[in-house]
Amino acid sequence: MTSLVLAQHDNAELNAATLNAVTAASQMGGDVHILVAGSGAGDVAAEAAKVAGVAKVIHADADHYKDSVAIEVSNLIVSMAGDYSHIVAASTTTGKDIMPRVAALLDVSQISDIISVESADTFKRPIYAGNAIATVQSGDATKVVTVRTTGFDAAEMSGSAEVSSVEGAAADGSTQVVGRELTVSERPDLGSADIVVSGGRGVGSAENFKIIEGLADKLGAAVGASRAAVDAGYMPNDYQVGQTGKVVAPNLYVAVGISGAIQHLAGMKDSKVIVAINKDDEAPIFQVADYGLVADLFEAVPEMVDAL
Amino acid sequence: MKVLVPVKRVVDAYVSIRVKSDGSGVDTDNVKMSLNPFCEIALEEAIRLKEAGTASEVVLVSVGSADIDTVIRSGLAMGADRAIRIDTDNDVEPLAIAKILKYVVEKEEAGLVITGKQSIDGDNNQTGQMLSALLGWPQATFASEVSLEGDGAKVTREIDGGLETVSLPMPAVVTTDLRLNEPRYPTLPNIMKAKKKPLDVIALADTGVDATKRQTITNVAPPESRSAGVMVESVADLIDKLKNEAKVI
Repeated sequence: MTSLVLAQHDNAELNAATLNAVTAASQMGGDVHILVAGSGAGDVAAEAAKVAGVAKVIHADADHYKDSVAIEVSNLIVSMAGDYSHIVAASTTTGKDIMPRVAALLDVSQISDIISVESADTFKRPIYAGNAIATVQSGDATKVVTVRTTGFDAAEMSGSAEVSSVEGAAADGSTQVVGRELTVSERPDLGSADIVVSGGRGVGSAENFKIIEGLADKLGAAVGASRAAVDAGYMPNDYQVGQTGKVVAPNLYVAVGISGAIQHLAGMKDSKVIVAINKDDEAPIFQVADYGLVADLFEAVPEMVDAL
Repeated sequence: MKVLVPVKRVVDAYVSIRVKSDGSGVDTDNVKMSLNPFCEIALEEAIRLKEAGTASEVVLVSVGSADIDTVIRSGLAMGADRAIRIDTDNDVEPLAIAKILKYVVEKEEAGLVITGKQSIDGDNNQTGQMLSALLGWPQATFASEVSLEGDGAKVTREIDGGLETVSLPMPAVVTTDLRLNEPRYPTLPNIMKAKKKPLDVIALADTGVDATKRQTITNVAPPESRSAGVMVESVADLIDKLKNEAKVI
């Protein structure tokens, strides 16, 4: 029994979500291999070799793996799948894009977004925006699994696996990435930050989000937003925390001017400590908050910044 | 070009669901059901393509019993030309749904499939990608902008950390993210008209797809609830608790 974990990366650095996927794969039993498919991604393969619990890194280097295009990477994984009992990737947008293709081509069902490994074939996963947890047993020979990173600790960087190169699969070439607009931020990554400060509709405008950013910077935190704030155009969609955005579980989550719709709670209720600041004392967010403060955010947040 | 829009009926997004006490699933009896929000966005996009003269026909397809006809009609009222329902009383897993859709795509000779990125009940986020793989078509998932140019498409995708634009040839599968568009509300005349639009029913057996389940859901439970917290009186009080009680800052 051996698991193959798809490394996620930008050809320069290993995406931290991969480390959570390795931990999940380790719990499925047997050896863990990591696949690095990229273009000039030797540094990523070397980094992957240091992940604890990994027996082998398989490095496929080709131009058509540069952008992690689903059709290319899924064909590669399928060409290697015969050697593996489990094929695993973190539930990032890349993992979600690629893995169902792999499952379909192998004629197996996929188990999406697992939060725990019960046994080699049984997993827990949230459904209905996290309002129910299903225990799912797979009857397929190969288990294709995506992993919700907040459900698993990151593997340590204390290993030393061998790196072997493989020929890639033939290029499909149909799909080309022609542009990327990535948010450049000095702040920590939303998905892996220790502290997240999020703003909601109550913040009132894109301009006012500077107040949220000010608190985030004081705390060394990432900035998030509720869907309402994103829909209102205050913040870009990649800041969205919730069922249809990112799922985060930091040590401290500060929800400012967020009412606490089910959709938002699904994305943050596994945080260790939740603080809610809202002027409406009946806002549902207070039902999940460890510390609630009924206050006008335009007074309370600057006061917090000054006091910290 | 014919556009196929696979849609799903789900528990309405604003309903608080209840997990059955015997762990067998979520109670869906007498609960408001609606078109999956992401499917509505997919349908809206297809209708706009038709209005722009790019698409010739918008065909809606769904899998289920006659119970889902009401939401199919609501999709027809939005502006789909006709609908196909693959008839089954059973729950069907995404892989089998994708196989059924492949049958319909080939039967209809569709040139583009637009569907929601996930349904808000199962939250699987699989069907579009699986269909694309089974058809051997390229895919553009999580679309926030779609433009068709000649024989191809340019699609802007919502990815972690920002946006990505891909160019791909048609035919293709596109799955929709939230910001692609704002679905219209059906007008009363269109609701009336929708009652007369064709809704063909095809027996699951006629598709030749084996929809036997590969997975067993052994239990469904409510999530662990958080214990109630405390209300603090002031910012100073809050900072003190975070520093000295929770020790997180």
